[in-house]
Amino acid sequence: MKIRQGLENYVFVLPAVTIFAVFYVIPFIWVFQLGLFEWDGISFTRTFVGLQNFKEIFLQDRSWWQSMWNASYITLIALTFQNILAFMLAWACDREIKMKNFYRVIFFIPPVLSEVVVGMVWRFIINDIDGANIINHTLAGLGMPNLAHNWLSDPNTALTTVALVHCWKGFGWGFLIFLAGLQTIPRELYEAARVDGASAWQSFRKITIPLMVPIMILVAILTVLGTMQVFVLIVSLVGGEFAGHTSVPVLRILASMRGSSRFGYACAQGITFGIVLVAISFIQYRFSKKNQ
Amino acid sequence: MLIRNTVLCIFALFSVLGCSEQKIDSKPTITVWHWMTDRDPAFQALAKKYEALTGIRVNFELYAPSDAYSQKIRAAAQGINLPDVFGILGEKRDFASFIKAGHILDITPYMEADNGAWKNKFFPKALAVNEFSPDNSYGINPGIFGVPIDIMTIQMVYNKKLFKELGLNPGRPPKTFQELLDIGAKISAAGGSASGGKSAGMQGLVSGWGEVWMIDCLANNYAFNIMGKDKVLATIKGEVPYTDPDWVKVFSLFKQMQDSGVLAKGIVTMINKSAEQLFANEKAVFAFNGSWCVNVYKGMNANLEYGAMLPPEASDKYPMAIWGGAGSSFMVNARSKNKEEAVKFLSWLTDQDQQAYLAQETNNLPANKNSLSKIPEILAQFARGMDYATHPNVWGVSEFSLVIEAFDRGIQSIIIGDKSPEQVAGEVQKIKERELAKKRAK
Repeated sequence: MKIRQGLENYVFVLPAVTIFAVFYVIPFIWVFQLGLFEWDGISFTRTFVGLQNFKEIFLQDRSWWQSMWNASYITLIALTFQNILAFMLAWACDREIKMKNFYRVIFFIPPVLSEVVVGMVWRFIINDIDGANIINHTLAGLGMPNLAHNWLSDPNTALTTVALVHCWKGFGWGFLIFLAGLQTIPRELYEAARVDGASAWQSFRKITIPLMVPIMILVAILTVLGTMQVFVLIVSLVGGEFAGHTSVPVLRILASMRGSSRFGYACAQGITFGIVLVAISFIQYRFSKKNQ
Repeated sequence: MLIRNTVLCIFALFSVLGCSEQKIDSKPTITVWHWMTDRDPAFQALAKKYEALTGIRVNFELYAPSDAYSQKIRAAAQGINLPDVFGILGEKRDFASFIKAGHILDITPYMEADNGAWKNKFFPKALAVNEFSPDNSYGINPGIFGVPIDIMTIQMVYNKKLFKELGLNPGRPPKTFQELLDIGAKISAAGGSASGGKSAGMQGLVSGWGEVWMIDCLANNYAFNIMGKDKVLATIKGEVPYTDPDWVKVFSLFKQMQDSGVLAKGIVTMINKSAEQLFANEKAVFAFNGSWCVNVYKGMNANLEYGAMLPPEASDKYPMAIWGGAGSSFMVNARSKNKEEAVKFLSWLTDQDQQAYLAQETNNLPANKNSLSKIPEILAQFARGMDYATHPNVWGVSEFSLVIEAFDRGIQSIIIGDKSPEQVAGEVQKIKERELAKKRAK
């Protein structure tokens, strides 16, 4: 009877396990396997090179590590600026303000737009020769014409500009999750705090923040995973890697696949990148467990 | 009972019909995959014409953009699902990989039949791109493996109206590099190039240098002009280093262009579509673009007054070279059961009348040399550039892709002032040596 029950349980999970294995585990193993070969993506023959591709990534490929650094920089800005903005707006919309439903819709528009569209629109807004040059005109109007320059083709500002546009595009997700989290906090806690004489700031610090920590960690994990893989926005904003200044891991992988026809190496890059993302997620998960 | 019998009868009827012999159409359908959005209506019209003539249906399937098409072709090659006819986007080494994998039919016998009647229709340089010579370094048996549909040259174009505004003679574009730099100074003074003011005014040279390969193209043009073809090929073979003074001079030209103001602001992040819009909207004096631009500019601004010119010479030691040859080519799938019909269709497609029709409809240069008579003057200017045309795909040797990447990114760095020409030369050579060592180790 016990064996039958056990088998029944396995039968129930079998479809999910099969789908997971076919679409995740097996492709991962294949990609790892391809990472051990030198292959142009066209021929039927592949040359086994062992861990040579991985060795090249770790010891020789400076462009790869520069791209990792660039993606980390964008992620850092997203983790701080984007998420703080999302949290503050969610907090504002959680309160009894006029037209809060309207704001909720407005804030959620950027995430549903295509990255290509967002990139092209912002390129038009920012660029001074093939765009409307709105930012520079605004700076000039505010009496700061010396700050006006080509934000996207200046190596000192290109990556930050990309990061800020990415934040604009992405903050709506965080906003939505934070808002859902804020709405789960029992209102009685705030009322009790108010009766006890707590100020709005004290309520925020002692009730809202502690109860929102798990949500914050979830948003942080999603932000890291989403931002590290950004590339479409970069292509539509600056046309590509811009002498390495806006290079990110996915663009490097694509360059290996399409530009150099090094599919094996691209697979090794993909595996390395995947491991880095899993490691980051694991650290964040451990951190959240510890907090809980 | 009645319902049951009716259902059974229907089932029996479908079963019998299902088992009947399939009607086999004696005329095959030829499937062609391509990425050329602008040429698709003309291809469809020609396919109808061919069907009316022969009864053979030709199904042109468009997959755009070109990046997506390129991936589709590779995936189809892996799955052995390639259509009867297809094009390859990529370098010669990719072309060679397709041939090695047995995907492409050697069409030399068809080309050379009847004393080379088909082969002789084409511009030799257009055919050369699809040809593997006996001494090629790819290990491919010599032969012709593709059919050029049109040709292209990549040159500079200049806006005649803006030339007049700058006080220049629109009938005499710059011939020397110094003349180009002098115009750069005038553009800056007019208010808006790289070293100019903050205002967005008249721009100098625009091009899709954010997509890097066009930088490679212009740099190679100047390398041929400064050191000659033999030295360029010797560099690719690893016999001459990139730190050679001639290569440093090539890199320095980009710095000079930037310093003089001849390059448009933000050129290193410019995609070619933006560059085309700027030139078509008369905001840029020069553009570096391929002959396909004639059709693009016509669509954007039919009244644009412009002329084509070779990049101004930086040296009188060797002639200027530009990239040119087959613009797009079609290959026949060696595994297709319709390969004979596919070859016949391509032969018909490259006949004088069809090529003239394509040139007229799409403003691309025809691959058939007898179809040039009806093309507009601006296209004829591009066609005259064929005398100076060369292409990496006809050199017989390929540079390592990582070296090309370092080379192109290095030039971007020079333009934005990140690195000096000497620094870039050193970095490119370092990667070259690493790749050569890897090759020797194999």
